[in-house]
Amino acid sequence: MSLFSSQNRKLITTPLGKDNPITVKVLGICSALAVTVKLEPAFVLAVSVVAVMGISNVIISILRNGIPPRIRIIVQLTVIASMVIIVDQVLKAFVYDISRQLSVFVGLIITNCIIMGRLEAFAIANKPWPSFLDGIGNAAGYGGILIIVAFFRELLGSGTLWDYPVIEKIGLYNIGYENNGFMILPPMALIVVGIIIWVQRSRDKDLVDIS
Amino acid sequence: MEEIVSIFIRSIFIDNMVFAYFLGMCSYLAVSKTVKTSFGLGVAVIFVLGITVPINYIIENYLLSEGALSWLHPGFAGLDLSFLTFIMFIATIASMVQLVEMFVEKFSPALYASLGIFLPLIAVNCAILGGSLFMQEREYANIVEATSFGLGSGVGFFLAIVGIAAIREKIEYSNVPPALRGLGITFIITGLMGIAFMSFLGINL
Repeated sequence: MSLFSSQNRKLITTPLGKDNPITVKVLGICSALAVTVKLEPAFVLAVSVVAVMGISNVIISILRNGIPPRIRIIVQLTVIASMVIIVDQVLKAFVYDISRQLSVFVGLIITNCIIMGRLEAFAIANKPWPSFLDGIGNAAGYGGILIIVAFFRELLGSGTLWDYPVIEKIGLYNIGYENNGFMILPPMALIVVGIIIWVQRSRDKDLVDIS
Repeated sequence: MEEIVSIFIRSIFIDNMVFAYFLGMCSYLAVSKTVKTSFGLGVAVIFVLGITVPINYIIENYLLSEGALSWLHPGFAGLDLSFLTFIMFIATIASMVQLVEMFVEKFSPALYASLGIFLPLIAVNCAILGGSLFMQEREYANIVEATSFGLGSGVGFFLAIVGIAAIREKIEYSNVPPALRGLGITFIITGLMGIAFMSFLGINL
């Protein structure tokens, strides 16, 4: 099996759309939404999750034959927690301001259900390379939604993108446009995700809940 | 005393785990189909938060934070183990959940039957770890305040999950657009409940 066979590519691409961890599988919403007020912290958290997930998937996959099934959850948590500690220390060293803004949410990557979920469902039974791709793919699908939500919330809520005053430069304020302060409040993140799910499911009828 | 009550009320309504910080959303969405099961999960969360937050408070203050080990030997005053926070907290939570599960199974089979499957699930519930991390960040003055915060957060989660379950039971009978059915509408309702809860922001404690 070559490194980028069609099967392996599928591991990366399906979580981005049809099998998205947030909008389809409903995993990992916990730590996601509170950091989406602005694009920058959302991006940093997305990158952190990609790093943690890729590496811990590989580690668990390498160890998979040596882990006694009874204590596998503790082993998985320990691996994830160690990765998160590394990421946290790196963030504190290089982007301290953002690390302050993310506050507890870096730590909460540990209990992010996507990571545990993929370790349980995939890495524990597959070889390291496919597990790595699966981890990267799922984390990217998660990060993608995070960035989309942050994009709309920052643009409509504060009128900026990555702290660059887009609306002001276009000159919309002069013709009477006002920022929607509502978008900055936490509940709007949920409603934006609800709308993303609505759009995705209207385009792809297979995903509609029948129950 | 006043401080303790105010922390309790604050963590239920103003800093509600679900509506203000989106913690515990996974189980919140997955287990809220009927009131009965969500009641069980809610009680289990109150229980576990009420136990793990004070324990992690002790670990934080007597083991991990800078100079915390000086009670053991004055030479340890310069040690700062706070980088071990995550791994210690999650290990405490996982083992406490296990312990509580065994304890409940032994002494109260009826409670065990109703909490049953929810207890192990709780080890990876973001609200539990989140509770401990918030406790660390807000630097509560003593263990009683930390406990009151833990219990309050649990009650907040309980209210949220029982509320959404009741709404979801009713919404079964409404005519929701097909693409929004299930997950989509639950998100939007949670958002609306969050807005309702924001009205508590005005309370001055």
